[in-house]
Amino acid sequence: MKLYKFIIEFLQVAILLGIAPAFMGWVRMLKCWSQGRTSAGLFQPYRDIIKLFSKDVLLADNASWIFRFTPYLVFGTVVLAGGIIPMLSLELPIASTADVIVLVGLFAIARFFTALAGMDIGTAFGGMGSSREMTIASLAEPAMLMAIFTVSLASKSTSLSQMVHVVYSGQSVLRPSLAFALFAFVLIALAETGRIPVDNPATHLELTMIHEAMILEYSGRHLALIEWANMMKLVLFIMLGAAVFAPWGIAQTGDLTAILAAFLIMLLKLAAVGFVLVIIETGLAKMRIFRLTEFLGSAFLLATLGMLSFFILE
Amino acid sequence: MDTESIYMITGPIGIVSSAILLLFLSALLAPLLKNSQRFLINASFMSASAASFLGIAGGIWAVGGGYTNTLVLPLGLPDLPFHLRIDPLAGFFITVICLLSFCVSLYSIGYIKGYLGRRPVTRLVIFYNLFLAGMLMVVLADDALFFLISWEVMAAASYFLVMFEDERIENRRAAFLYMIVAHIGAIAILLSFGVMAGLATGFESFNGYTFDAMREAQLPLSWATAAFLLAFFGFAAKAGVIPLHVWLPEAHPVAPSNVSALMSGVMLKTAIYGIVRVTFDLIGTYPWWWGAIVLIFGLISAVMGVLYALMQNDLKRLLAYSSVENVGIILIGIGASMIFTSFQMPLLAALALIAGLYHAMNHAMFKGLLFMGAGSVLHATNERNMEQMGGLIHRMRWTAALFLIGCVSISALPPFNGFVSEWLMFQAFLLSPALPSPLLKLLVPLGAALLALTGALAAACFVKAFGVTFLGHWRGHHMPRVHEADWPMRTGMILAALTCLVLGVLPTFFIDWMDIIPEQLVGTKISASSGVYGWLWLAPVARERASYSGTIVFLGILLVVVAVYIVLHVKPGTIHRAPIWDCGFGKLNQRMQYNATAFSMPIRRIFGFLFNIREKVKLTPKGLSPAFPKRLNYYLRIRDRSWGWLYKPVVEFSFWVSRRVGRLQQGRIQAYLIYSFITIIVLLVFSR
Repeated sequence: MKLYKFIIEFLQVAILLGIAPAFMGWVRMLKCWSQGRTSAGLFQPYRDIIKLFSKDVLLADNASWIFRFTPYLVFGTVVLAGGIIPMLSLELPIASTADVIVLVGLFAIARFFTALAGMDIGTAFGGMGSSREMTIASLAEPAMLMAIFTVSLASKSTSLSQMVHVVYSGQSVLRPSLAFALFAFVLIALAETGRIPVDNPATHLELTMIHEAMILEYSGRHLALIEWANMMKLVLFIMLGAAVFAPWGIAQTGDLTAILAAFLIMLLKLAAVGFVLVIIETGLAKMRIFRLTEFLGSAFLLATLGMLSFFILE
Repeated sequence: MDTESIYMITGPIGIVSSAILLLFLSALLAPLLKNSQRFLINASFMSASAASFLGIAGGIWAVGGGYTNTLVLPLGLPDLPFHLRIDPLAGFFITVICLLSFCVSLYSIGYIKGYLGRRPVTRLVIFYNLFLAGMLMVVLADDALFFLISWEVMAAASYFLVMFEDERIENRRAAFLYMIVAHIGAIAILLSFGVMAGLATGFESFNGYTFDAMREAQLPLSWATAAFLLAFFGFAAKAGVIPLHVWLPEAHPVAPSNVSALMSGVMLKTAIYGIVRVTFDLIGTYPWWWGAIVLIFGLISAVMGVLYALMQNDLKRLLAYSSVENVGIILIGIGASMIFTSFQMPLLAALALIAGLYHAMNHAMFKGLLFMGAGSVLHATNERNMEQMGGLIHRMRWTAALFLIGCVSISALPPFNGFVSEWLMFQAFLLSPALPSPLLKLLVPLGAALLALTGALAAACFVKAFGVTFLGHWRGHHMPRVHEADWPMRTGMILAALTCLVLGVLPTFFIDWMDIIPEQLVGTKISASSGVYGWLWLAPVARERASYSGTIVFLGILLVVVAVYIVLHVKPGTIHRAPIWDCGFGKLNQRMQYNATAFSMPIRRIFGFLFNIREKVKLTPKGLSPAFPKRLNYYLRIRDRSWGWLYKPVVEFSFWVSRRVGRLQQGRIQAYLIYSFITIIVLLVFSR
């Protein structure tokens, strides 16, 4: 039984690894269609990653071990987070390793080292990306925590599986505080995963890049790992949101049919969120960097309003 | 000898006292060895580390066994001999002090040798030992007199250490400022003890000055509040709580780096100890708004401290401001604990207190490590200004890696130790909806959001500190001949870094060890671990509520990193080295890198209203076209607002008063005779 749980755990991580590029392909495909372009297909990200893995690594002369270590670390933290967030089943053996606060911390490690790697080469782009990324993160994190607080008020827990349990056991009712928190979470997730209107993942224009500026010097397998980790991070943020706000479908027991159903529902959720993401990204333009204060400030405000409404109504 | 007195010598208090004696002894012997400086350094710092080792043993024993030992020395005033006492709280702080001083003393063996041939170090050695002894005595003291004497020994010794390189004006200025603030604080502490002692037994006898009498005393709320506010003011001045922090970023950077490590790492903790001792132990019961005061000052210090740290370009000054931030975080924990205690919620109070104390221990280790790292950089490059540095990771591999561990720990990233204490604090905050007051229900989570802001800004700050110092290219004109730290220095840093990792990966052991402190102070334990393999999971409230396993995070990341590395290196891939891609312009130089000022620019702009910033850009046009200037001068000055708001008026007022009073000095004998005459008349009239 113990072994079986570990198999489920590995299955979940494997699905995450496998599905993340396809989801990225899905988003890009929808985006192309919505803008009247021909898309490269659902599987283009796989081809990109395979191509990058087979290429040689080109390093700048003064790249230190930090630069070479960072891709592995980023990949490692994201995979670990993938083993903790309940995507398929609640019965994950390492789920209690981390609650939501620790998950935020795990993503913070990846960001910390990516920012250092950006400064390692000594080009202006890298430093600019690092500086902006850390600024945005420092505004996004309090808002994220406020949103988590608001949600955890209802479930009286920050452990993800416990939050899902509370929803399943019917103790939770629809609360206005959750709506506020969801809205705040969406804004923060856009910032944390580097999507429009905060950052443009498709740009290489020097004044608008943030995340891309930090990883500009990467090539070969290093770049492949970072790109892959980023795709997984997007999926993980969606799964995190799903576990907190709409957990229906996640298997409570370990039996195979439930897992299969959970997998199909997960695909549906991803497809739907991808659709919404494309609408947001097509409808909005990227913001100026100093407008982001207002953007993330409003996320913070929404989360605080959610908390207020919880205290007023309960 | 009966068993009890034998126990006094061999028990925890005996061990710690012998450590103090050893420190005094090496301070006394140091002048005799002044002719062989190299031997003096080796011998005295070895003995200091031996004393620290004794202290660690005594401290761990006192906490682990839950002992309370007292010792009365036949010294001091006739009616008030020196009382010494060790209990788990004191034992905890002794462990913290000695853990760091052990690492720093080993480090000093290498670091202080850098002064050989430049200046004699006898004075430094003497005051270093006295400083350590003073800190230990503060924690052991069990009466007001001995406490204040120890407090003064500590303050005076550290004053002379700050003054060590006294040919520089900034050192003298910083030491002077430090002395003034330390003494204003000491007066407040003295008055606070006076209030408590006077109400304990009346002002006629000295008996009230023992801490035991103060514990017994039932103070009316008004006097208790006065005592608390005075003590908080005094200790906050020592701890560098904003707005009483101005001396800290001046004094800590100019001291020798091993001393900076101790001052930032553990001297500030003696003030934290004082606050905990006075509120939780001596006064005992208090209204919730005392906790709110501590919490609010903690929040202000945390957020402002880290923002000021972000604005600094001097590496050691940045670290000093970051100490202000961390003291703030510790006070947040203690303040929350006080609030919970006053509402009779012992479990939450215990959780918040553990979080605060754990952060005190963590901060000692990582800040000590970071100051030692900064000291190695200073030792190697003779440079404190980050704008000149860069690329040191290639020349100083050990220092860079160890400094990075310090940066990761202080930025509250799992699996290192800074994260554990912040996580515990968040857990305590998350339970705040149980508070009965609606105002607090809302304010406490907002405090948690500010704590999250602090953590994220600290990460930005240390990306800047590490990135600008160690990564990229050297930014100055000529790269000096940089050398790696020698083995004693490395050993000190490695031990501190290992402690940071162990405190982060195996927190349950340490929390179980120190669980007795909240049991004694607030009446309950938190029993952090639960279930099978309990040591693996940190679950302070309940497993369902929240759990964290630093071990699994550490091993999990390690496993995936190693696995991916092996998978990708089965087929030997090639790595080509090439010059940096310069977009085809071909004139990339090291001045084009992002530097410290540039890195913090977005945050400076967002939070600029909190600072006193003057920014000027001057263009020198070339010919007629302003679009292609010949030269661009950028001037930036960032000042602490509290200096202008708080200190300048006080300074100006005292000058004004002294000018007025100075008019009495006429210089004519007749005037002075009249003063004496008037005084006599007044005395005759009023004192009958």
